[in-house]
This record gives sequence, structure tokens and C-alpha cells, in this order.
Amino acid sequence: MKDTRLLAIWCPDWPVVAACTATGTGQHVPVAVLDGNEIVSTSAVARAEGIRRAMRKRLAESMCPELVTFEHDPQRDARFFEPVAEAVEELAPGIEVVQPGLVAVPAQGPVSYFSSAEQAAERIVDHIATRTGAEAQVGVADSLFAATKAAHCNVIVPPSRTAEFLRPLGVHELDAPELVDLLRRLGLKTLGAFADVPENAVASRFGGPATRQHRLARGLPERPLDKRKPAPELAVAETFDDPVERIDAAAFAAKILSERLHENLANRGLACTRLGIHARTENDEELHRVWRAAEPLTPRGIADRVRWQLDGWLTRERLTSGIRTLTLEPVEVVNGTALQLGLWGHDDERAVRALLHVQGLLGPDGVLTPVLDGGRGPKERVKLVPWGDERVPARNPDHPWPGRLSRAPATLADDPAVLKDADGNEVGVTGRLELTAQPKSLAVKGRTQEVTAWAGPWPVDERWWAPDPHRAARIQVQTPDQAFLLIRRDQRWFLEGVYD
Amino acid sequence: MSRSATASLAAFGVNRASELTSTTTDHTTGRVLPVRGELADLLPWGGLRRGSTVSVGGSTSLLLALLAGATADGCWAAVVGLPQVGVLAAAELGVSVQRLALVPRPGADPGPVIAALLDGIDLVAVACPLPPSLARRLTARARQRRAVLIAFGSWPSADVELTAESVRWNPLDDGAETLRRQEISVRSGGRGSAGKPKHVLLTFGEEEIELPLVAGEPAESDEPVDAGPDEVDELAAKRATTRDRPA
Repeated sequence: MKDTRLLAIWCPDWPVVAACTATGTGQHVPVAVLDGNEIVSTSAVARAEGIRRAMRKRLAESMCPELVTFEHDPQRDARFFEPVAEAVEELAPGIEVVQPGLVAVPAQGPVSYFSSAEQAAERIVDHIATRTGAEAQVGVADSLFAATKAAHCNVIVPPSRTAEFLRPLGVHELDAPELVDLLRRLGLKTLGAFADVPENAVASRFGGPATRQHRLARGLPERPLDKRKPAPELAVAETFDDPVERIDAAAFAAKILSERLHENLANRGLACTRLGIHARTENDEELHRVWRAAEPLTPRGIADRVRWQLDGWLTRERLTSGIRTLTLEPVEVVNGTALQLGLWGHDDERAVRALLHVQGLLGPDGVLTPVLDGGRGPKERVKLVPWGDERVPARNPDHPWPGRLSRAPATLADDPAVLKDADGNEVGVTGRLELTAQPKSLAVKGRTQEVTAWAGPWPVDERWWAPDPHRAARIQVQTPDQAFLLIRRDQRWFLEGVYD
Repeated sequence: MSRSATASLAAFGVNRASELTSTTTDHTTGRVLPVRGELADLLPWGGLRRGSTVSVGGSTSLLLALLAGATADGCWAAVVGLPQVGVLAAAELGVSVQRLALVPRPGADPGPVIAALLDGIDLVAVACPLPPSLARRLTARARQRRAVLIAFGSWPSADVELTAESVRWNPLDDGAETLRRQEISVRSGGRGSAGKPKHVLLTFGEEEIELPLVAGEPAESDEPVDAGPDEVDELAAKRATTRDRPA
């Protein structure tokens, strides 16, 4: 078992540390990092105020009004983690980044070099503090899962006693919420209790994925060791005519290359669990980093890690020039048959490749994909994101949105319009959300048409009742052969859409 | 255009009338992509036959409605050169927008962009004016790649031409009604067996529109309560700039 012993270096509350470093926020301030409305990480000061992970933003703010919050940004986490990874690497070669805030390294090297695991841990923690000012904890155990838990408690688990170390921990330590819930309802509250269930019973009772968690609970490595070294031709490389210096260019390169690597692997029925990223700059600097993943990486997972890594390298001032060559090398592969094909099913691969091809021609912003969003107007209700970016609505589309229109125009526009009554005076909207007169003519894009009927007005924002002369409202207008959507802003009409 | 290119056009771009007829097996084997409702009556194949070129004129709703059946069935669609397309209207007409890609500005040389899309996207709608020679080459490409090319506007070698002769809505009643029901009178024509002209009155919006929503937590669900007019305008402006960014 000795060769599987891992040393994990964990920086507590890393998303908070990264956010504070990025913004220069002091340590005495209560800080929380949010993913949407949910707290994902807190500072020690915030915890002292009772703020906890998974708490809703609103509750946290009511408990601690001075709470400073930041949006979760994995890229920021990775960028500020790179110096920490480097500091570890100076003492312990062969490190693997598991996620920003967590590094693993085979324990054997540093333990024999520093004569004991305790000494190695102490030296690494000191070195990280001197080089980066970050706090770190070290754990050693026989598997990555156990080493990570050991790092959380700052303990060195003696060889072959990993299962014993894990026994008293709660089942919630497993990153599988549904299984944890089920185990709890069955009265299996600790990892030890779960570990005592025979493996074949786990497989039949809870299904295949649970057996992996069962291995973790027993202190066994994530996967049975497979000494097969991936064939070198699986690696993909790209040399850039214009050296990559900007983050957006790096992100794009990451995406293209990740797709190629994934395709290479998928064609052989493989998926990558450890990913080597190599870069060579114009001035022949060599950069190298291995990322280790608990699950086989999807194309998105590969692209994320490559992007984070490039961001980390590019924002370092030590880099003297742009990246000329980028190589992705699968360091460890597993049989990928169980892995779903990334974001999309098999049939969608052709489409995905075509869209990436077009992005290659036009740039990442050249291909957009719509996400239906919350809001009232036809433009607000659609968020366009570059193809490949995350499709998350900015506002809740399920929220009731009074003032929403019955139908959306097929053609959007933004042109000044003039709406007049029978006497040739401009039609306005009153504070009671009524038209000042019957509209009779509409002039837009140099063409005047007779208005046959109209509908509305509908409020554009919820404060339309406020005594505000700059209120905005929408109306639908029909002419003998067309229908239009108009919006009134700043006491002027604009054509917002054509119902064609 | 060079002579050899003309020759290859003859090889790929010219339709044989026999290819314009369809059988039920075409539908079951996926050679004909489904369309919604009465649209099937307008198309000689009862749907959109892979490899064909269909031109649409006079109504953006008609163009979007053509994409609805196939995208709901798992096909991908792209709309090229139509930055002002109303995506929400598309969703209301039944288009699965998660399988819709927009290329608002294909650039000064749209040929390679459209060709690349035809390689992998089932339905490619093109709304930018193109020289006839390029248009014919793209028709040939669609035929080769078994994609459906939908031309918004006139196209020199379309198998079927759909023209919206009128687009009418339920009459508004000076504040008391709202636009709900759309009627598009469409005439179809074309070559071969598609050549018999047909008239169909398409009706959209008879039933309640339920939009399928993208899964995922909204980033900020309590925003509407706080959003003032400035924020709303800012968001709209931001979106407009995203959309208007030159390619």
C-alpha cells in the first residue's frame, strides 16, 4: 500500500481567500462567497457570526448585516492558487492540483526527503506561508479521499490505518447527496457503518455508482490501480501563430484543444482522470502542471482546468512572453464507456464540432446561443451567450412578471418612432398608465402608416406608479397590414419589434 | 466562376424531379425532418427533406416556425445573418432554443461560415444576401451533407419557395385586447413535384403558450423586486451591445 500513500495540502476557505486577495479585503471582515443565492465558502470571522455553508444569502445578511459577499469564480480561485501550487512544487515535485485550494502529491518523496511525514508537513506549510502568505493544512493517508479528509483535520494517518481514520466520520463527507440522504434514512450515519455493508450488497441495493463511494468509505483508492501508461499519441498540441497573452484567447484555445483531446480519448473508449498541461512561451520558458480529477473529465471539465491553468500562468508577472505552444497530455486514463459524452449526447457531436469550427472562423462571440431569462420585454427575456459558455438565466424566468407581453415579436428593432393622434399631436402615457389620446398614425423608419388599433400600455418596470416623468411603457399597435411593439422611454417612442 | 466549378454545380446543384417525391419510409428513416401542423401540407415531402433548399419570404415567424418541429425532435438549427431575430418569438412558436445557434454577423466572407454549419447542423437558415454563384454552391453543399438549407429571402436554386402573402393578427380593441393569434397566408411553389402551387393558412397561438425553461438555478432570483428602470435599461443596453458587436 505504501506507494499509494498521498500527501494532501489543503488551504481552508480558499474561495474566500482568493476573493479577499483579489479585492484587498481584510481578514477582520466577515466574508462569504456565494454561488447564486447559496453560500459556498465563509471566512472564520463570518463563521463566528453563525454564517454557514449552504445558507441562503438573505438569511446570512439578516444574521450579519456587515457581511461582505462575493460571487463564486472558479477562475479567480485558480488564478490565485497557482503561486501556492508552485510553492509546494519547490519542495515536493510531481504535484497534482485536484481543485483550487487542494493539491496532492505522492507522499513517498517528501516523507523520505524530510525524514518523516510530520517534518514534511511542517516544512510545506511554512514554505507556503513564506512564499504566498496563505494558510495551509496537510494530511497524509492511503487514498486521495482520505488524505483530503486528513488535511481537513490536519493529521497524518499512519500507513494501513486509513479505514480506521475514516470510520467515525459522518457519511455526509461523501460527495453524493442522494446516497448520503439514503444512507442516513437507513441509519448508516458513519463511513464505518457504510463500509461494513458487504460490497455486493451495496452494488445490488444502491447501484453501481455507490460502489465507488463504498470504496472511498473503506479507505481504498478511488479506482483500482491501472498501471497502463496512456499512449503518447493521445496527447494533443497546438502552436499558435499569435502567442496567447490574453485570458479570452486562452479560454478559446483551451476549448478547442480540450475538444480534440476528448475526441482522441473517446475514439478509443477512454476518459482522462489526470491531465497534464504543458506550455512553452515565446522565450522558451517551459510550464507544466498536472490536474487530478476524482471523476473522468468531460470536455467541459478539461477545458475548465486548462483555462484556469492558463489564467494562473498568464496573470503571473514572471511570465516574460505569450504562450507559443500548448500541449494537453492524458497522464492517467480510465475506461470511458461509463462516461457520458460531456455536455451533449452522441448525436450532437457533429453539431458541436460545426459550431466550434465557426467560432474558429469568427471568434468565440461569433456564435451565440440563447437562454430564456426572466424579465418582461422581448429583449430582456433572452440572454445570448457565446456558444460553449454556461447557459444560466440571469433572472428567474419562473418568477411572476406582471407586464409581460402575450406574444413576442419575431423581429426585434430599436428605432425612434412617432405616434400621433388625429390632430397631429404626439401621444403620451399618463401617470395612471393610460394613453393621452387615441393614436392614429405611426411613423417609423421614414414611413408613416395609419394606426387601426392598439393595446396596452403595459408597465416596463414595477415602479411605473411612482411620480416619475421618465416612466417606460409598452404598447402593441396595428396598422392595416402590420403589427408593431412600441416602447416609451424618456418621453419618446421607440420601435421595439415587428410582429412579422 | 470557373468552368470546373460550373461543372461541379451541374453534378451537385441540379435537382432531379425524382428526388422531390417522398415516401413514408423517408419519414421513419429520418430523411425528412418533421415540421409542425399545417406546414407539412406546404412541403412536397410532408416535412423538410434532408439535402433540400427551401426559401422563405415575407415573414420571420414563418421562418422560425419551420425550425420548430425538427428542433423539438432533437435536431440542431442555426440562423445566420439575422441579428434582429426574436428568439422569444421562436420559443413561442415551438423552437427548442437550447438547440438553436445564432451567427448574427457571418462577416465579409460568409461562404466558409455557412459551409461549416452545413457540415454539422441539420437546419441552417441564411438571411444574408449572397452572390448567386455562392448560393448555388451552398445548395450543393447542403445536398452533399444532408442538411436543410433555409434561405430567408430569394435564392437562385431553391427546391421549394414559401411566400407569406399576408401576416394578420387578431384585431386589437384599443387597450382591451392583446396580440394572441397570428394568421399567415402562405403560398408554396417550386420545381418538379414541388412545383404545384399551394395555399395554406397557418394559425399560431390558438392554445396557451408554455415555454420550456432551461434547467438551472437563476443567478439572482430576487432581482425583479429591486430592479429599477435604470437597471432594466442597462441590462437591455448590455444585451443590445452583445448582439451588435461586430463579428
